[in-house]
Amino acid sequence: MTTRKKPEVWKKDSSFCPGCGHGIVIRLIAELIEEMGVKSRELHAVGCACNLNGCWNDPQLQCPHGRAAAVAVGAKACEPDDLVFTYQGDGDAYVIGLSETMNAGYRGNITSIIINNNNFGMTGGQMSWTTLPGQTTTTSKKGRDALKEGEPFKGPELLSQFENVKFAARGAVYNPAEVNKTKALIKKAFELQMSGEGYGVVEVLCGCPTNWKMSPVDSNKWIEDAVTRYYGLGIIKDETAKILKEAI
Amino acid sequence: MSETVLMKGNEAVAEAALRAGLDFYAAYPITPQTEILEYLSKKMPELGRVCVQADSEITAINMIMGAAYTGKRVLTSSAGPGISLKQEGLSYCAANDLPVVYVDVQRGGNGLANMGSCQTEYKREVTGGGNGDYHAIILAPASVQETADMVSLAYELAEKYRNIVGIMTEATIGQLVEPVTFKEAVDPASLPVPSWAKTGKMISSSDEPIKPRIKDAKPKADRAKYFQMKEEVQMWESTNVDDADYVVFAFGAPSRVVYDALLILREEGQKIGMIRPQTLWPYPEKALEELKEDVKGLISLETNCTGQMLPDVALARDLHFKDRHVPVYSCAYIVLDRIPTVMQVVDDIKAIISGQTEEAY
Ligand SMILES: Cc1ncc(C[n+]2csc(CCOP(=O)(O)OP(=O)(O)O)c2C)c(N)n1
Ligand code: SF4
Ligand SMILES: [Mg+2]
Repeated sequence: MTTRKKPEVWKKDSSFCPGCGHGIVIRLIAELIEEMGVKSRELHAVGCACNLNGCWNDPQLQCPHGRAAAVAVGAKACEPDDLVFTYQGDGDAYVIGLSETMNAGYRGNITSIIINNNNFGMTGGQMSWTTLPGQTTTTSKKGRDALKEGEPFKGPELLSQFENVKFAARGAVYNPAEVNKTKALIKKAFELQMSGEGYGVVEVLCGCPTNWKMSPVDSNKWIEDAVTRYYGLGIIKDETAKILKEAI
Repeated sequence: MSETVLMKGNEAVAEAALRAGLDFYAAYPITPQTEILEYLSKKMPELGRVCVQADSEITAINMIMGAAYTGKRVLTSSAGPGISLKQEGLSYCAANDLPVVYVDVQRGGNGLANMGSCQTEYKREVTGGGNGDYHAIILAPASVQETADMVSLAYELAEKYRNIVGIMTEATIGQLVEPVTFKEAVDPASLPVPSWAKTGKMISSSDEPIKPRIKDAKPKADRAKYFQMKEEVQMWESTNVDDADYVVFAFGAPSRVVYDALLILREEGQKIGMIRPQTLWPYPEKALEELKEDVKGLISLETNCTGQMLPDVALARDLHFKDRHVPVYSCAYIVLDRIPTVMQVVDDIKAIISGQTEEAY
């Protein structure tokens, strides 16, 4: 058995709920920053991402709800050598912050890490644009009616339409194999940014056992069985091979 | 009158609005007011009315604007940074004299703000908030019952003056569960269609423009309207003011703490009274007519760190006491996440009486 050392950039224990996907993804990011030996600027959104306040040893900032991508573009312009990434929820990035997310993809050179847990976790489990049809939330008590309220929203697919978006992918963390694959996806997006060649987005399907009112184990099973049917895993767009090769 | 039920302040907002004939509601989730959206997202479809979970507070206020100009009763609600996002839309509603009603369940502080029960939005709400030259009528309830009563009042005032009305509650009032009795429900279809409404139906789609076409008529009309509202809408509740040496001005949740503090101080022989503004704009300046001529001081008590209401108390003082200086003191509680305890208020008032606290204005 190998023991994994706690990355230096990570300052204090996380306060996410037990079984929450957020904790796994932020750990992967912290490991990558250490492995890549870069200085990071973590720009986190409003949502359960707020739990990151005071957790990062590198510079970090709490951004207004939905606006992290715009804040990141500003930070990157001033510190182009740093790894500037946003850490956002689905509600933050795709609902209230859709405009900022799209505009950053359209012309920014940052990385967006978006935690898709199919609801607004922080505010107690309201419907998000990523809520599955029929899924009950506190504002869709009879189950989401996709005809009236929209089909699940696919952010990376939409972003991949832009020329500037060189990498778009979706990962998950419901079992160790997916955790490792997700880490590889985030790594590619980070390397792309450090090469200076464009924008990358990685969405990660995560459980929210507290608001889904499921055990962590059942949450993972539900992601594997139901969520991945709407949200296919893997690479959606990848032009990094060419870029990274040219960079070497 | 219907039977008395136990309800949260936020749910009472929703139920009272439904009973007042609410036709269209749009909002975006934010603590501590999300129960309004959750309640209405269940009830409105059952009644054949429309509740939209908008993609942002900006969208919600613009949807409200669109619905309001058809003459329907509308509502949006939010808190802290969410109300900030609505300011552009509210200014447009003011430009078009639309009678929109909104609820601000205050949370505490700048930016993201915390979940504390605070009064950090006073300044924004009473000054209009958005760009331009307008005022919303601001109602400030101190109980769940008063919250419900103020919702129906809000629609009456909004329509009477064709003006924005904001109901400014706070985390404690929104989350508190108390007995409440609602008015009989009004069927929205039975409400008269305003003459200016753009309904798309020949009978009511009058030629009356939404706003006057003549260039300088609107500012003049606005000015007259704001003076009229100032004269007619002031509301307050006073407790033991006629013989009071010191009078505390407090609204919303902290006024309930002050009420208990007054009882203790009276028992100790201190004559202290309270004026509880129920309208924050217009500020109840007329309430000072109830004070005795030789009152020793006025105290502005609120839960924010800069003393946002303080200048309004000082202005009311200047207006009333023209020949004599009456000091105005500030009790602004900087503990952002809670309202002060009764004993804290008792001690702070005693410090003012004994001359330990300097006057603010
Ligand atoms: C302007 C504004 N509106 C609303 C809120 C309340 N709010 C905080 S987090 C959140 C949604 C979070 O959902 P998501 O982005 O999916 O993150 P999660 O908590 O699920 O990780 C909302 C609506 C806010 N803080 N600011
Ligand atoms: S509420 Fe949901 S998303 Fe937020 S920390 Fe808990 S499990 Fe995670
Ligand atoms: Mg979410």
